[in-house]
Amino acid sequence: MKFLRNRPEYVLVPSVFIAFVLIWENLVNILKIEEIILPTPSQIGDALYFQLSNPLFWSNFRITSQETLLGFTGAVIFAVIAGTFISQIKVVDKAFMPYLVGFQAIPKIALAPIFIVWFGFGMTSKVVMAATVAFFPMLINIIEGLKSADNDQIRMLRVFGASRFQIFLKVQIPCALPFFFAGLDVGILLAILGAVVGEFLGSQDGLGAMVLLAQYNFETPTMFAILIVLSLMGIFAHIVVKALQRKFAFWGDSSNFIGN
Amino acid sequence: MSKENNSLIQDASQEASWINVAALHKIYNTRGGGKTHALSDINFSVKKGEFISIVGPSGCGKTTLLNILAGLISKTEGSASVSGHEVLKPLPEIGMVFQAPTLLPWRTILENVMVPVEVQKLDQKKYLKKAKELLTLAGLDGFEDKYPNELSGGMQQRAGICRALVHSPSVLLMDEPFGALDAMTREYMNLELLRIWKESNQTIALVTHSITEAVFLSDRVIVMSPRPGRIAEIITIDLPRPRTLDMMNSDAAGVFVKRIRKYFNAANVIE
Repeated sequence: MKFLRNRPEYVLVPSVFIAFVLIWENLVNILKIEEIILPTPSQIGDALYFQLSNPLFWSNFRITSQETLLGFTGAVIFAVIAGTFISQIKVVDKAFMPYLVGFQAIPKIALAPIFIVWFGFGMTSKVVMAATVAFFPMLINIIEGLKSADNDQIRMLRVFGASRFQIFLKVQIPCALPFFFAGLDVGILLAILGAVVGEFLGSQDGLGAMVLLAQYNFETPTMFAILIVLSLMGIFAHIVVKALQRKFAFWGDSSNFIGN
Repeated sequence: MSKENNSLIQDASQEASWINVAALHKIYNTRGGGKTHALSDINFSVKKGEFISIVGPSGCGKTTLLNILAGLISKTEGSASVSGHEVLKPLPEIGMVFQAPTLLPWRTILENVMVPVEVQKLDQKKYLKKAKELLTLAGLDGFEDKYPNELSGGMQQRAGICRALVHSPSVLLMDEPFGALDAMTREYMNLELLRIWKESNQTIALVTHSITEAVFLSDRVIVMSPRPGRIAEIITIDLPRPRTLDMMNSDAAGVFVKRIRKYFNAANVIE
């Protein structure tokens, strides 16, 4: 009982979920809403169970996961490289930052048709899409993080004879880590979004394509089921990033990161 | 006879100045295109093993002076040298303690103390032993593997002092190191500092805005006055050592405090 008093969310969160599902189920039944418009939770559950026991679903799941992870990894690598140069070399900052901000203003989802023209209907165009969408928030966090080093800490290292590179290594990089993880957290979710949008526009494979196929076939419960899978992917990625952050940036104060 | 002469010469060389500041000027260019004379014609020297304090009302340039000795900012004119080396950049024979402990939060206390050793690429094994000895000396044994945020402010500052001493610098520069501590902790830290100083025999230059702290700790107090920052008087504090807190209630100490406070009052600044 004491445990429940200290951590009431352990009861509250499941209670809200159960209440929500019950009300949904009953309202749909009472109002006689058609399955194609809004299925009941139990119909969605059936569809989800059917998909999870279907090898075709798992191959699509693997494809979307691969696109997301490849795109995300690429975006991280580019953001780290670009962020390092921009934060360390003033000329690079001045010359390229306006273009990056301008690039950020493009609604990147609108780039998907162009990527399909360039990279075809295969996985490559989706990987590029995921990377493009995830790149910018991570870049901004890395730049802010590398610039966030405390002047007193830098001064302290200088007194003890540190070179510029040593200051970068021993103060700027650790200072950037909490920001870096905040960037990863936003970036991985955007990478999922980018991959799915890419699949919407031109693909036979992946969870995005499955949603479209279910729409053509009037299988609304399946659409909901895949939506649940995509949400769970995002939640899982978030938990992994948070765990890494707690391990590698345990001192961080996450109140002032960008994109949170 | 000649033997005696020799030992006299040796004594004289040991007495020779370790920190030497001569005709030092520092002029800042202000944003509006004007110039601020932060330091004007500063001359003084500090003997090896001596403890000096630099006091003065704010704006007198005492921190600027310390930063020049640390090699953090350049001088405009004149000379500042430590153990015969002109200070043009931070010298390895200098250790510095800052206003804030400035520990790196992602490093344990021991790793923080080892920062100068790492940066100067000294023998890790040898200095690890030294670091642990210093932490014990500072009453921090058992805290080696704790992180800074697990320690009180006074303990963090003591770790900062250990860090400043780990690479065996001959000179310790201290920039208002106890300013952020409460009065009780501050007195305690003063006693600790004297104890560490006695064991390590560093030459110490301490910037402080506490007159009593300066009198309590120092062999000599350099009193500065503002606009332009210059030396008003250098006062030898000939209170016996080892010093005790009771000594600060003596008439002799009171005379020194009054004599220094006179300069603060003249600048219309209350300590």
